[in-house]
Amino acid sequence: MEVTSERFKDNATAALADPHLREALGMIETNFGRNRVHAIARLPEFDALRDEARAIKDHVIAHLDVYLEHFEAKVKESGGVVHWCATPEEACQTVLDLCQSVDARTVTKGKSMVAEEIGLNDFLIANGIEPVETDLGEYIIQLAGETPGHIVAPAVHKTKAQVAELFHEHHRDLDPGRSLKDPPDIVAEGRAVLRQRYLAADVGITGANFLVAETGSTVIVTNEGNGDLTMTLPRMHIVTAGIEKVVPTLEDTATILRVLARSATGQEFSAYTTIATGPRRPGDLDGPESFHVVLLDNGRADLIGTEFQDVLRCIRCGACLNHCPVFGAVGGQAYGWVYSGPIGAVLTPALIGLDKAHHLPNASSFCGRCEEVCPMQIPLPKMMRHWREKAFAARITPARERMAMGLWAFVAHRPRLYRAVSAIVARLLACLGGREGRLRALPLAGGWTAGRDLPAPEGPTFHSQWRTQRRSRRGS
Amino acid sequence: MVARAAILGRLRRGLGRETDTAKAAYAEVERRLATPTANLIPQRGRPPAAERIERFIEMAEVAQCTLARIENAAALPAAVAEWLGGHNLAAALVMAADPALDRAPWAAAQPLLSIRRGAPMEADAVSLNRALAGIAETGTLMLASGPDAPTSLSFLPENHIVVVDATAIVGSYEEAFARLRAAHGAQDKMALPRAVNLITGPSRTGDIALKIELGAHGPRRLHIVIVERGFEADDGTAPT
Amino acid sequence: MARDVALFVTCLVDFFRPSVGFAAVKLLEAHGCRVTVPAAQTCCGQPSYNAGAQADARAIAAGVIEAFAGFEHVVVPSGSCAGMIGEHYPALFAGDALMEPKARELAARTHELIAFMTGELGIKRMEGRFEGAVTYHHSCSSLREIGIRDEARDLLVGIEGLELRELDGAEQCCGFGGTFCVKYPEISIDMVARKTAAIAATGAGTVLAGDLGCLLNIGGRLSREGALVEARHVAEVLAGMTDTPPIGGRR
Repeated sequence: MEVTSERFKDNATAALADPHLREALGMIETNFGRNRVHAIARLPEFDALRDEARAIKDHVIAHLDVYLEHFEAKVKESGGVVHWCATPEEACQTVLDLCQSVDARTVTKGKSMVAEEIGLNDFLIANGIEPVETDLGEYIIQLAGETPGHIVAPAVHKTKAQVAELFHEHHRDLDPGRSLKDPPDIVAEGRAVLRQRYLAADVGITGANFLVAETGSTVIVTNEGNGDLTMTLPRMHIVTAGIEKVVPTLEDTATILRVLARSATGQEFSAYTTIATGPRRPGDLDGPESFHVVLLDNGRADLIGTEFQDVLRCIRCGACLNHCPVFGAVGGQAYGWVYSGPIGAVLTPALIGLDKAHHLPNASSFCGRCEEVCPMQIPLPKMMRHWREKAFAARITPARERMAMGLWAFVAHRPRLYRAVSAIVARLLACLGGREGRLRALPLAGGWTAGRDLPAPEGPTFHSQWRTQRRSRRGS
Repeated sequence: MVARAAILGRLRRGLGRETDTAKAAYAEVERRLATPTANLIPQRGRPPAAERIERFIEMAEVAQCTLARIENAAALPAAVAEWLGGHNLAAALVMAADPALDRAPWAAAQPLLSIRRGAPMEADAVSLNRALAGIAETGTLMLASGPDAPTSLSFLPENHIVVVDATAIVGSYEEAFARLRAAHGAQDKMALPRAVNLITGPSRTGDIALKIELGAHGPRRLHIVIVERGFEADDGTAPT
Repeated sequence: MARDVALFVTCLVDFFRPSVGFAAVKLLEAHGCRVTVPAAQTCCGQPSYNAGAQADARAIAAGVIEAFAGFEHVVVPSGSCAGMIGEHYPALFAGDALMEPKARELAARTHELIAFMTGELGIKRMEGRFEGAVTYHHSCSSLREIGIRDEARDLLVGIEGLELRELDGAEQCCGFGGTFCVKYPEISIDMVARKTAAIAATGAGTVLAGDLGCLLNIGGRLSREGALVEARHVAEVLAGMTDTPPIGGRR
């Protein structure tokens, strides 16, 4: 997947001009946003559960090394294998080796952000193996050759007409005259086409919402049931997961599950929550013959002990996206990689570098809604600010901006100079604003005046007026 | 194993793990895992016993299940045949080879109902299996895989019928996990089956213009049959 | 028993709209406060802080801490600046044995204006007149840093002649965000256009808020759109000082 985070501004420009996208993004707020509010209203303990969920994850992070060892031991005990991968390259190679060990031709895939993070699909294709996305949204963007538009609803930016067009283009075996006008037709076709792929697949790859240390299980949460068909039918099941996905016990899993679906889509609970442990048991009639968990580090371990540690609590619910006004204006693809919205703004620089991703934590008004709705109480604006600090110190922030801030600071902590300069400039702008009381254009303020007038200052600054008043009061 | 050591090493450095604090960390984790404890269980997961089944039905209907209540195993074949007829489906199904389900008088009560036991095939339109528990909190079913219970029964066919004992309907996920542990755990060594499925309603997707459609990949219809007196054997003993 | 209050004017009020500062003074004095305006204040340092220039932010903040030492209450007609002092100054000096306690101490006695009036001063109703329909935009900092929501409405409701209309998406960010609005202007303008569309939908003739940053942004967009809606700071209406031109309006 090509990373285009550096071109965030251009991406955003294109997104703002796309009427279909804007319509789709408007629906996210109405659907996911409102449903979340209703779901929370039906669960008075929601905030208490958030506190508990946060505490569980903080505890895990503080003991992550021990929990990972425990998880690995339990996976082994149940007949599975754990593979530790420090880099995306290692993870891709590991998956490839596993697939080749069973002469895999096609691989079905449940939704996995980690698999996208490591660029798994492209790597498999380059090595002669065909990956087939089974989550309907992921399948659609796979056909379109695009990056996800949203963490939970990857094809949210596609209209039903666009999806129908993709299906007509790619499902050539079917009757070209068939109608795909209505969503039920499209879903039915997706179901029928992908059914064949499920049954034929040699390997199934899923992600994991949770890795349960107590039992050595991986947990996936879906609404479609695609993850289950992906893991149950082929000969081999591979799970790709970040190391931070561990939770201690089944009970801890239940606590976090209670806040997950409600935060993501406003559902009480997803249709399918599956706890998978190891390969098929003796006597089982279905299930994979082998079970592999590929654990990915890719910079996560390095976040521990830093000001970004809390981001490891993320359960990828997407609530921050759904409530972010910037995401709501430009959509997920503008962010240029796998993770978008506020979580993308914090995680992307950590995983691919600040030099490539610096726009993301900067393109925020710090409105704070993300932190407000995050079920894991991650202080996202604070961490975006930390990235800005690093960018400033590393001179990634453009020189003009650093000079402007430097000039501001120089004046701002010299009160007498500040008074003098501000009094002059305020009067000047008041003059320029004239009787209209506003400026339509102003040198160096093109960003403002492109779409807004600049209200003119009233004239004399507050402090100059106050000083005059006090002098006249003393004088009388 | 180079990556393993490197990753663990990075974690330990980040955590400031010294040899003396390591012992405490291991002990803390051992303690927590040895005695899995429920965290906060919301009111919704603790309905009064008398209301549990009603709450389960209510929540399952919200999730777009249909439900039926029958007195005992003897009534099951008729209930199934009725549901199939009501949806214009052929009188054929594939069933888990569950000895408890076999206590129902299938051949005697519904001789025209064609039943195959085992894993489903692509052509099967209807499947039937049994849930380990029903969870009133969200109308959720817990099913566990096993030699008599292939998981694909819950996912491949378009229509899925699940039988659950009234006595197996609990309030919260935690109570269901307790039943799971009881069914699959030795004293000190719990061994989960390959798959434990928590199923809440039929399969669905919102991926086309955020409009919810049922039957995305898994079943389009989920019908739950609650059996009041469970699957007692003729001599009155409870099923395993 | 007069309360001893120091007014933190804020750089935007000082520069763009001093009448907001005078409205704040009038409100405070009318309710038993003795108001001082420390001369050494300039800015709270938030622009530097949010740009990642923490050393600069600390230098500016140190000046604020010193200038406001010794006053019983510090009152700020801005959720954003009050939030900077109240929420972020302690974090800015975390670990600094000398400055962190001073920052905490200042934070503990700094209040946003509306929060101060309804909280410390216990004002439940305002007297006064204002003819017309008004809608209210909640600034992000007021909601999520200061933690006030209905307080401004409670004060406006008592004003004779004023009809308060609900703003759809009142809690949505207007797109100001400090330097965000000039660094990512297209996105910012998109956000403020949604805000002005929601304002237009209320049919109100006036939009009020407690933050001048939001108001300059919203007022500037309304002006560009040629809308007849007037933007004012809520303090102006509460203090009965609406003779001045609105924000971005004709003199």
